[in-house]
Amino acid sequence: MTSTEYYNDHVVRLFLLASAVWGIIGMLIGMYAAAELAWPSLNLGISWMTFSHIRPDHTFGVIFAFGGSALMGTCYYVVQRTGHTRLAWGGLAEFTFWGWQLICVLAMATMPFGITQSKEYAEPEWFIDILIAIVWVSFGAVFFATLARRRIHHIYVANWYYGAFIIAVGLLHIVNNLAVPVSLTKSYPIYSGVVDAMVQWWYGHNAVAFFLTAGFLGMMYYFVPRQAQQPLWSYRFSIVNFWALISIYMWAGSHHLMYTALPDWVQSVGMAFSLVLLMPSWGSAANGLLTFNGSWHRLKSDPAAKFMVIALVFYAAATFEGSMMAIKTVNSLSHYTDWTIAHVHSGSLGWVAMITIGSLYAMAPRALGRPAMHSNAAMELHFWLHTSGTLLYVIAMWIAGVTEGMMWRATQADGTLTYAFIDSLLAIKPLYAVRWFGGVLIWLGMWVMAWNLWYTAADARKRIIKPIPVPIPEPVPLQTPAPLPVSG
Amino acid sequence: MAYRHFEFIEKHAWTLGILTAVMVSLGGLAEITPLFVQAHSVKPPANVKPYDPLRLAGRDVYVREGCYLCHSQMIRALRFETQRYGHFSTAEESLYDRPFQWGSKRTGPDLARVGGKYSDEWQRAHLLDPRAVVPQSNMPAYPWLATASVDGTDIAARMRTLRTLGDPYSDADIGGAAKAVQGKTDLDALVAYLQGLGIANEPQPAQTAGTSPVPIEESSP
Ligand code: HEC
Ligand code: HEM
Ligand code: HEM
Repeated sequence: MTSTEYYNDHVVRLFLLASAVWGIIGMLIGMYAAAELAWPSLNLGISWMTFSHIRPDHTFGVIFAFGGSALMGTCYYVVQRTGHTRLAWGGLAEFTFWGWQLICVLAMATMPFGITQSKEYAEPEWFIDILIAIVWVSFGAVFFATLARRRIHHIYVANWYYGAFIIAVGLLHIVNNLAVPVSLTKSYPIYSGVVDAMVQWWYGHNAVAFFLTAGFLGMMYYFVPRQAQQPLWSYRFSIVNFWALISIYMWAGSHHLMYTALPDWVQSVGMAFSLVLLMPSWGSAANGLLTFNGSWHRLKSDPAAKFMVIALVFYAAATFEGSMMAIKTVNSLSHYTDWTIAHVHSGSLGWVAMITIGSLYAMAPRALGRPAMHSNAAMELHFWLHTSGTLLYVIAMWIAGVTEGMMWRATQADGTLTYAFIDSLLAIKPLYAVRWFGGVLIWLGMWVMAWNLWYTAADARKRIIKPIPVPIPEPVPLQTPAPLPVSG
Repeated sequence: MAYRHFEFIEKHAWTLGILTAVMVSLGGLAEITPLFVQAHSVKPPANVKPYDPLRLAGRDVYVREGCYLCHSQMIRALRFETQRYGHFSTAEESLYDRPFQWGSKRTGPDLARVGGKYSDEWQRAHLLDPRAVVPQSNMPAYPWLATASVDGTDIAARMRTLRTLGDPYSDADIGGAAKAVQGKTDLDALVAYLQGLGIANEPQPAQTAGTSPVPIEESSP
């Protein structure tokens, strides 16, 4: 046990870069889509610039390209650190990077031209789906092979979440995308009607659960203790939450189909499990927040920690809101309205984007061989741009959603409906402009981050990064691992 | 269970992976399998037929153009909803929808029963330039639909694929596809599809009432 290994941070740096670039692209498209809803002639009469053609590009771009790159990058970073080992199969890891980027480019280049399966978050056509499956299996292989060669007996909890994320997303992706191709650009799914709806929302909801939640919880469980410089508030609590979260989430998909032609019992099961789901969700949020107990003062000086704390607050808020929206009577109002959009973005801009940004700020200097990010003031500016933009976005869409919901159901004394559909659109149009402006602030913040990363990476560009040696630990019985390694 | 049993999981990657896979599979199996079995045992009502070639082409245009991102096709079993859009949607109506087009966001109104609500001319004018018809609308204009023509051989290929998936198209249906769409544009096809919504696929009225999946609930005031 004397040979020294080095962490493989090359592929981590690549994913870091990709994530920042896709974040800017994906949010630019979101901004443009938001602008088109307020000012519809902005499509300029061009088919591939039209709202309904670019919206899948926005969702794919932010979830799979921005979020996916960040998840894969941090996953490779975390599994090495918590296992005190170098990444297994470096070549395959490199392949997952290029493969994933190819998939993102292919998907985002085909969807605006109408090459789409029209299943939300699973729009790319069959040939891209096959590539996704191949890269995903390789990703899983690298991850589990690295776990297998870890040198700390205990598997740190962050890896549990990353592992569940990999297994579940692979399963969901394959089952939901089973289709028979007609040609290269068109296929029909093997499911139809109600069954297709149920399969799609089992997928759609669990894409949220395992991509946008479990994966990012993995990130949280490593980087929050790291940034708070304290061990996790309760390690065992995180394990209990893990099992509860992954088993309950899969039952809740039918809350996307309330009052529809889906059989009633499935709707009720979905509602019940969605309510129970609040417990493990708040458990994780509380565990993360309490980890900062005793080091709250760090928030004053460390914008990365600030991003993480606000991310956890948004996570708690979005999951509470989600559980409420899963109650049938609330859903009868919120479904189909911009309330859903508000919920989505308090989850995605508040939780997903903020925990990612916080973790990138925490990881970047270490992966780039620098003591700290280039500019603290720029991080601070980014924090305020992102937070105010998110609040503008979410509050505007809450008001819009409730307005729509109330106007659609309003009836007069004689029992007739009070408003025509177009009245509700007119009522919320100004709010679409506010949402767009919130998006602009967020997008500007992403540029501030890119600028900051660029200067932090100055050494990396000159190729003078010193590889980080891996300390080989003494075997400790019953050791609880903590993400506080001496270096790296 | 004593904590040491958990510890075993915490120290063995394979056990952890397999247990995770089992736990995440349960929910989906429990909810989807019954639907699947049910879907295969139920015979489609006599009135519900697979899409004819032109409407199939129109449906694929609807998918391609992403109309589902702003329009739902699922009238919920709620009073204020049926008042606005008509009878609530039933499972039989989307039997031949691959993929389903229920949607999740109503930036525009529900379209499940829009067939026959307007004239073909209105639909054309509206799709080419919505604001010429409804000045306050934020629906995008789709002028390119008028110039793209439907490809007959492609539609026949699509019908053959759908037949392998179980949709009951006859050889005559498929053979006649090219002729049925000859000279038609994407716009013609889309309008034909829209005009059939809620009409061509509706089960017999008596049957609809008999097989209501959920009772109409009172909307809260
Ligand atoms: C940006 C969202 C948006 C998209 C995308 C969109 N629509 Fe619309 N649509 C609307 C709005 C808003 C209205 C209501 C105002 C109006 O009539 O234009 C509407 C109205 C309609 C109506 C009239 C419904 C009624 O009952 O009055 C039809 C039919 C329609 N759209 C079809 C389509 C088709 C087909 C597509 C795809 C090619 C499409 N829409 C894409 C927003 C959208
Ligand atoms: C600059 C920031 C952003 C802006 C301006 C923006 C804007 C938009 C707009 C306009 C829509 C369409 C809403 C509609 O159909 O009415 C949308 C949908 C969506 N966005 Fe964003 N977005 C942003 C960031 C993000 C991020 C970071 C994520 C995820 C990580 C995200 C995830 C989604 C999802 C999942 C949907 C689909 C919602 C649904 O179908 O219900 N967005 N966004
Ligand atoms: C306890 C946790 C949660 C519950 C119970 C929950 C519940 C719900 C409900 C009821 C809806 C509305 C469905 C509809 O009416 O159409 C919804 C939509 C959505 N939620 Fe959540 N939610 C939770 C957490 C989250 C989180 C953390 C995110 C992260 C980003 C998220 C992302 C979404 C998205 C993207 C949609 C829109 C799907 C669509 O219609 O396209 N949710 N959720």
